[in-house]
Amino acid sequence: MKRTQSIVGVVAAVLLVALTGCGTDSAAPTSSSANAPAGGTLTVYAAASLKQTFTDIGEQFKTDNPGWQVEFTFAGSSDLVTQLTQGAKADVFASADTKNMDKAAKAGLLSGDPVNFASNTLTIVVAPGNPKQVTSFADLNKPGLNVVVCAPQVPCGSATEKVEQATKVTLNPVSEESSVTDVLNKVTTGQADAGLVYVTDAMGAGAKVAKVDFPEAAAAVNTYPIGVLKTAADAAVAKKFVDLVTGEAGQKILSQAGFAKP
Amino acid sequence: MTRSAGLPRWLYLPATVGAIFVVLPLVAVAVKVDWSQFWSLISSQSSVTALELSLRTAAISTVLCIALGVPMALVLARNDSRWVRWTRPLILLPLVLPPVVGGIALLYAFGRLGLLGRYLDAGGIQIAFTTSAVVLAQTFVSLPFLVIAIEGAARTAGADYDVVAATLGARPTTVWWRVSLPLLAPGLASGAVLAFARSLGEFGATLTFAGSREGVTRTLPLEIYLQRESDADAAVALSLLLVVVAAVVVIGVGSRALKPGGSGGW
Repeated sequence: MKRTQSIVGVVAAVLLVALTGCGTDSAAPTSSSANAPAGGTLTVYAAASLKQTFTDIGEQFKTDNPGWQVEFTFAGSSDLVTQLTQGAKADVFASADTKNMDKAAKAGLLSGDPVNFASNTLTIVVAPGNPKQVTSFADLNKPGLNVVVCAPQVPCGSATEKVEQATKVTLNPVSEESSVTDVLNKVTTGQADAGLVYVTDAMGAGAKVAKVDFPEAAAAVNTYPIGVLKTAADAAVAKKFVDLVTGEAGQKILSQAGFAKP
Repeated sequence: MTRSAGLPRWLYLPATVGAIFVVLPLVAVAVKVDWSQFWSLISSQSSVTALELSLRTAAISTVLCIALGVPMALVLARNDSRWVRWTRPLILLPLVLPPVVGGIALLYAFGRLGLLGRYLDAGGIQIAFTTSAVVLAQTFVSLPFLVIAIEGAARTAGADYDVVAATLGARPTTVWWRVSLPLLAPGLASGAVLAFARSLGEFGATLTFAGSREGVTRTLPLEIYLQRESDADAAVALSLLLVVVAAVVVIGVGSRALKPGGSGGW
């Protein structure tokens, strides 16, 4: 009987370690105490397209606020909102569109109003050197051209739909991907001849793609809002991060990556 | 068989915990479903198209797996040469490979600029963004499941009957059709069910390699992934549909084959 009990204990302990171990990953630790003057970890949930710029801004934040660490979770904006409504703890949320920020506001996750800090437009990406000679949005309907776009359910796809309406050109894509990185990937690997992605994605891909800008992209401007969350352990420090993003230093990093002003 | 003699009682505790761990998420999906909307959510045109495509591609993949996998399994089970022994882990590698990695590998093999794909492309055969790409991805990830099931069955059955048949004058092909294959039937059934179920659930390799277009490459798992972005209720309803379809296949067709002994003990 004693052996039975000890084994029960071991099983319970293993399960407990497994469960808590997994838990710390999603619910990242925040600052130890609001009274402590400096030190802690700021948890930022940000849209996947902000990975490069926010990582740089995070470095700047650490320099400005000694003792503070910044921990990022980058994912699709709708995934992040789902995680936050399901109880994930974070201090700051930056979305790739106003729709998902509205969702967060509606769920009562925000403390105060969100601020728009950047915007992004669509561009055409093709293989380096533009071998298929795509020069306009209408060219995407050239026969024999493999075009890949985002599905209408995701932000880049709804932007694509808006451009189609503005140009009265209906595309016939070979694939509707569920994320903008999947679209970019299909072009960089040569699977597709052309794809519609954000300017920042095209610039991030460097020499692996060529960018073909088109004026009708102005019909679908994606605005990026950022806000402090109610679960923030130290709202003042969270606000500092938001200020850094909207301030001069943050805006410089963002514009270098191809983001436009909101 | 009703009383498992000699099994220590404490074993039932972790066994129960394990069973709950597996079943609980499925129950959670069923609880989460908006039952009043369930039928309209799963009978939308895009859902039906995705389900049809999934069943069709999984069936074709299973047939391909059987056609290629049975000979592979037999060679692995009966031929003990060093060459075959070295190939075995390579063939079974997709079993442990994350599907996304499988998709990337397929891309560089059969994609437009891939190792083999560039020649196919030059010859006018395009695999990327077609239903063939979905079947290719599904077959790639499912084949090892079938091979390992049948190899086990073949090893258990042994070669004695084949040898007897051969000494009685049967030619190798006759032995294959009349003796080897019938002996493998139970293993074949369980292997085919596993391959079909694995194909039905294939997601990562399809997403990476085949793309996503309604009626062409967007199978049910891809449809669920996409619906989740905009309509969580529809995603949950479709998830349950996939669970039910998989359960029907595994319990209905496979329960006999998947019984211990039937599978050939692998």
